[in-house]
Amino acid sequence: MTISLTLKVWRQKGPNAAGGFETYSVPDVNEDMSFLEMLDVVNEDLITSGKEPIAFDSDCREGICGMCGVVINGRPHGSVAHVTTCQLHMRNFRTGDTIVVEPWRAKSFPIIKDLVVDRTAFDRIIQSGGFISASTGSAPDANATLVPKAVADKAMDAAACIGCGACVAACPNGAAQLFTSAKVSHLNVLPQGQPERWARVASMVDTMEEYFGSCTNFGECEAVCPASVSINFIAQMNRDYLRAKFKDRRSLVRAADVANDEG
Amino acid sequence: MTTDTATLASNAPDGPLADKWNTHRANMKLVAPQNRRKFDIIIVGTGLAGGAAAATLGEMGYNVKVFCYQDSPRRAHSIAAQGGINASKNYKNDGDSDYRLFYDTIKGGDYRARESNVYRLAEISRNIIDQCVAQGVPFAREYGGLLDTRSFGGAQVSRTFYARGQTGQQLLLGAYQALTRQIEVGTVTMYPRTEMLDLVVKDGKAAGIVVRDLVTGEVSSHSAHAVVLGTGGYGNAFFLSTNAKGCNATAIWRAHRKGAYFANPCYTQIHPTCIPVSGDHQSKLTLMSESLRNDGRIWVPKDKNETRTANAIPEDERDYYLERIYPAFANLVPRDVASRAAKRMVDAGHGVGPLKNGVYLDFKSAIERLGRETIEQRYGNLFDMYANIAGEDPYKVPMRIYPAVHYTMGGLWVDYNLMSNLPGLFVIGEANFSDHGANRLGASALMQGLSDGYFVLPATLPNYLAGMLGTPAPDPSSAEFKAVESEVQDRVSKLLSINGKQTVDAIHRRLGKVLWDNCGMGRNAEGLRTAQKEIAALREEFWSDVKVLGSGADFNQSLEKAGRVADFFELGELLAQDALDREESCGGHFREEHQTPEGEALRDDEHFSYVAAWEFGGTGKPGVLHKEQLTFEYAHPTQRSYK
Amino acid sequence: MVSQTTGRGRAEHIPTIRGRNGQRFWLADFYGSAIGKKAVMAITGILLLGFVLVHMIGNLKLYLGEEHLNAYGEYLREIGEPILPHTGFLWIMRSALILAFILHIHAAATLTVLNRKARPQKYLGGRDYAAASYAARTMRWSGVIVGLYLVFHLMDMTWGWHVVHSNFQDGKPYENLLHSFAPERWPVSVIYIVANVLLGIHIYHGAWSLFQSLGWNNPRFNLWRNWFAKVFAAVIVIGNVSFPIAVLTGIVS
Repeated sequence: MTISLTLKVWRQKGPNAAGGFETYSVPDVNEDMSFLEMLDVVNEDLITSGKEPIAFDSDCREGICGMCGVVINGRPHGSVAHVTTCQLHMRNFRTGDTIVVEPWRAKSFPIIKDLVVDRTAFDRIIQSGGFISASTGSAPDANATLVPKAVADKAMDAAACIGCGACVAACPNGAAQLFTSAKVSHLNVLPQGQPERWARVASMVDTMEEYFGSCTNFGECEAVCPASVSINFIAQMNRDYLRAKFKDRRSLVRAADVANDEG
Repeated sequence: MTTDTATLASNAPDGPLADKWNTHRANMKLVAPQNRRKFDIIIVGTGLAGGAAAATLGEMGYNVKVFCYQDSPRRAHSIAAQGGINASKNYKNDGDSDYRLFYDTIKGGDYRARESNVYRLAEISRNIIDQCVAQGVPFAREYGGLLDTRSFGGAQVSRTFYARGQTGQQLLLGAYQALTRQIEVGTVTMYPRTEMLDLVVKDGKAAGIVVRDLVTGEVSSHSAHAVVLGTGGYGNAFFLSTNAKGCNATAIWRAHRKGAYFANPCYTQIHPTCIPVSGDHQSKLTLMSESLRNDGRIWVPKDKNETRTANAIPEDERDYYLERIYPAFANLVPRDVASRAAKRMVDAGHGVGPLKNGVYLDFKSAIERLGRETIEQRYGNLFDMYANIAGEDPYKVPMRIYPAVHYTMGGLWVDYNLMSNLPGLFVIGEANFSDHGANRLGASALMQGLSDGYFVLPATLPNYLAGMLGTPAPDPSSAEFKAVESEVQDRVSKLLSINGKQTVDAIHRRLGKVLWDNCGMGRNAEGLRTAQKEIAALREEFWSDVKVLGSGADFNQSLEKAGRVADFFELGELLAQDALDREESCGGHFREEHQTPEGEALRDDEHFSYVAAWEFGGTGKPGVLHKEQLTFEYAHPTQRSYK
Repeated sequence: MVSQTTGRGRAEHIPTIRGRNGQRFWLADFYGSAIGKKAVMAITGILLLGFVLVHMIGNLKLYLGEEHLNAYGEYLREIGEPILPHTGFLWIMRSALILAFILHIHAAATLTVLNRKARPQKYLGGRDYAAASYAARTMRWSGVIVGLYLVFHLMDMTWGWHVVHSNFQDGKPYENLLHSFAPERWPVSVIYIVANVLLGIHIYHGAWSLFQSLGWNNPRFNLWRNWFAKVFAAVIVIGNVSFPIAVLTGIVS
C-alpha cells in the first residue's frame, strides 16, 4: 500500500541563517517505511535533481540511541505515543495529509542545520553529577550490596531515558526537568548512589537551570517521551533538590569542585 | 596474492593459561601517578570499549582526547545491544567457571581465536559485572535483591546478566557517565561530532590523527603518545545491517592503509533473529534480541505452498527444524548455526510472510506455560518494538524473523596487549579481531568491549608508554601531519568535485547487494571472484559518477557518507579476497565447497588454523597475507556439534 | 592546525539563559533557583488554598442568617484577645496572606520571564498538545484575572469603596453581601461567578501541581492527588458561586 503526502519542512542553512518552510510533494510512500526512510527517499530525489538534501540526525534507527527527533505536526516524534521518529511508521498517515516538520526548538538547543540541533547542554548536565564515582577496579563483588527488585526496577524505569530531547522540545517553557530527573532518580534511588546523592542533585539541577526553563507541570514531556519516563521522577528530583538545599554544605562538595579549585 | 612467510607473534606470555594474565600484569612496566599527565592519549570512538577506556585512563590521570562522530558520546551503537553480558560468576551454581566460559567462547568461535586472549576475557568478565554494578547499572534483580541471570545461545549455563532488553544501553550509559565525570574534572577532552579521517604515522609509530569537525568542516590534527581506535565493526559495508546508519570502517581502514594489518575480514556474523526486509526503501535492519530464543520456538510450515495464517497451521504440519535437527541445544544453537538453518529453510521455499523471506518465532507455548505477564516482563519492550515495526501483535501471531548482518569478528590485528603491528596504535572492542574467532557468542560483545576498555588496555598501554617518559608527543604542525591533512583535504575536494549522477546511498546499496549475495551466509569461489570484480568496478563507478552536493566547509551529511562508503569498497574487496583465500568453513565464514554431509561447517585445521592478517597492498591491488599461527593447548579443536 | 572545538564537549558554545545557582546566601540561593521558586509558589499556594477554603466555609454562615454571619465577622476581629489587641490576629493573618500573595506572584512572574528566554521561538507550524490541560495552559491568565478580581473584591466587601459599593456598612458583612449581590447590581454577581470559576480552574491545576513541585510523590497516592485537586476546586467553586446565586434567586434575603 502506498500513500501520497505533502511535506512542509523547515530548512535553515546554518546556525545564524534565517530559516523557512519548503514544500515537497511526496508520491508513492510505502506504508511500511519509517518516517526517516520517507525522508531518505525525499533526499535521494533532491540530490538527483541537484538540490541539497534535508539535514536530519539519526543513527541506530531502532529507537534507542536518541539521536533522531523532529517535531511532526506540532508534536515531538509525531503523534504515536512513546516512539522515536525513526520508529514512527508511515502507516500512521493517510493520503492527502500535509505534514509539517520542524526541528526541536529551545534556546539551548541551537539549530546546526535544517532539522539538526545541538544537544550538548544535555551532556553538560550529566557531566555536572550524573554518575557514581566508582573508579575502575575499586568495585566490591557485584552481589555484595542487595538491591531490592522494586528499587532496581524503579532505577531502570528512570535509566531508560535515551536523551533525545523530546521533553525539552515539547515543553512550552523549554524545560529539561524530565531528562535531568531521569538521571538523578536513576542514581539517587540505588544504594550505590547514596554517597553523592545530595551533591549530585544540587549540581545537576543548578546546571540544568543555567540552560533550561522551569517546570509548570504540564506533563507534555511525559506524553511524548519515547522511553515512557514518568513525571513522578520530576517530583522525586524536586524533593531531593529541596532537601539538598538544607543539607550541610560539606555534603554538596564534588570531586570536580576540589579539582577545579586546585587547578 | 603475495604471502609474507614470516609469522606474526601474539606476544602472549608463556606459562599456564590461567596464570598468563596475572603474570603479565606483574611484569609489565608502570607509569607513576605524577607522570601520567605528561602522556597524551587519543581515543577514537565512545562505545563500550572506547568510552570505558577513556574513563579509566582519565581516572588514572592520563591526558586523554576523545573523538566521536555522533552529537554525544552516549549514542555509540553499543547502546543498541539488547540481550545481555556474559560473566563466569557462577551465581546460579550451575557449574560455570572461567574455564567453561573460555571453552564455550573458543568452541563458539570455531577454534579460530587466540586461547590466551579468550581466557583473559573470561577471567575479567567477573570484574566487569562488579564494576558496572558499582557504577549503578540497573541490572535485573531477583526478589531477594541478588543479580538475576539468564541463559543464552551457545551455553548450557545461566551466565548472562541483563537490564531488561536494554543491557547495551545501560552498560554504555555506565561508561558514558564515568567518561563525563572525567570530562568534568578535566582529564578528558571530548570532541563530539568530530570524525577521524586519517592516521598519522611518524618514525614508524602512530603519532596522531587528522579529523574533520562535522559542524564546521574544519580539518585539524591531533597528536599523542598513543592512538586507540574503538570505532566498531564494518557491518555497514553490506548497506543493510543491524548497525547504526553512521557506523563505519573509515578509522580502521585508514589505519590499515597506513600500515596496520587487517585480520580475518571474512569473519562476519549474521544474526539469526532480525525483522525481515519489507521493501526497497529499507534503510537498516532491526534485531530482535537473541534472548527471545529462550522462550520462542522457531518453525516453518512443512508445506512450501502453505497459504494459511500461522495460527491456522496445525502442529503436525509445522517443522520445528532447530528442535528436530539439534535436539540438545534446540532453539539455542549458536548464531551461525541458527542463521544458516533459517537460510536453508527459506531457500528451500518454506519462507513465511508476504515476501516469503522469514521464519516464525512463536511464543504461543511459552505464553501458555508462563502466562502473558511473565513474557511481557521478560520481553515487553522487544514485543512492542516488533509490533510497531512489523504492524503485527507478537502476543497473538508469531514473529517473523530472518538473519541479518550484525557483527564483524574481523578487524585490525592486535597482539596480546591490544597493540596493532604499528607501535602506538591500539585497537579495542569490535574494531579489533581478537577474541571471538570465526563466530561470536551472544552476550559476548559487551563483555569484550568492556574488558578491553576497563581492564586490558589500561594495563597494557602504560607498558608501552613507560619507555617514552620525557619524550613529548609529536608536534601536530610537523610535516607528517601537514601531509596527511592535505591528503584529507584533497579527498574531500575530490568527492565534492565529481558531480556525477548517482547518490551515495544508491551506489552503497549496490555494494551491499554484491556483498550479501556473494559474501553473506554462504560463499563459494566463483561467487567470491565475481564479487571481487564487481566491487572493483563499483569502486571506480563511485569515484567517477557519485553526486555529493554542498561544500566541505559546513555540516554536510552526504559528504560524510561518501567518505565512509568509499572505504567500504576497498574493505569489501579485501573481505572477498580473505573469504576466497580461506578454503574452509568456520563459524561465520561458510564456504559451500567445505561442508559436512549434513550441511554443517567443515573446518580444515591442518591448513587454516591461523589468523589471516592482511597488509595493505595498494588501492585495487590484493593485500599481502601475514599469518599468526593458532595453537590450542587447552581447548582441543573438535567438530562443533550442537546436536 | 589546532582545532577550535576544544570546548564543545563541555557545551561551552551553548548559550545559557542565566547564571549558576549556589553562589549566594542560602535563602537567596534557594529562592534564586527555579525549583526553589516553584516550592515557594507551592507553599504560598497551600496558604492561599487554606485561606480560600476557610473563607468559603465562614461565608456559609450566610445561610444561617444575619446574626450568625455578623457574629462570625466580629469573632475574627477578636481572636487572640486579650494577649493580642483587637484585630491583632486578623492583621497577622492578613500580613501572612499579603506576603504569600506577593511571593506567589513574584515567583510566577520571574519564572515566566525565564521560561520565555528558554523558549524564545514558538513552533511555526503550530502546536499539538498531548497532555497539558486547559487549566495548566491558562494558569498565567487565570492567575492575573483572579488577582484583578481580588482587588475588586476587597474594594467591594472589605474597604467598601463607594465607587463600587455605595451602601457599605462597617462590621455588617451580611448586609453588605446582600446589597452587593442585589439583582439590580447583577453585573457584580456575574463578575463574582466568572472569577470564581477561573479561581476553580487555577486551583485545579495548582492543587495538583503543588505536590509535584514539593516532591510529595508516592505512586500509591498519585492518583489521589488528582482527585484531591478536582474535589477541592469543585468545593470552592460551588460554595463561592452559591452566594451570589442564593441572593439573586432570593433564597437568602
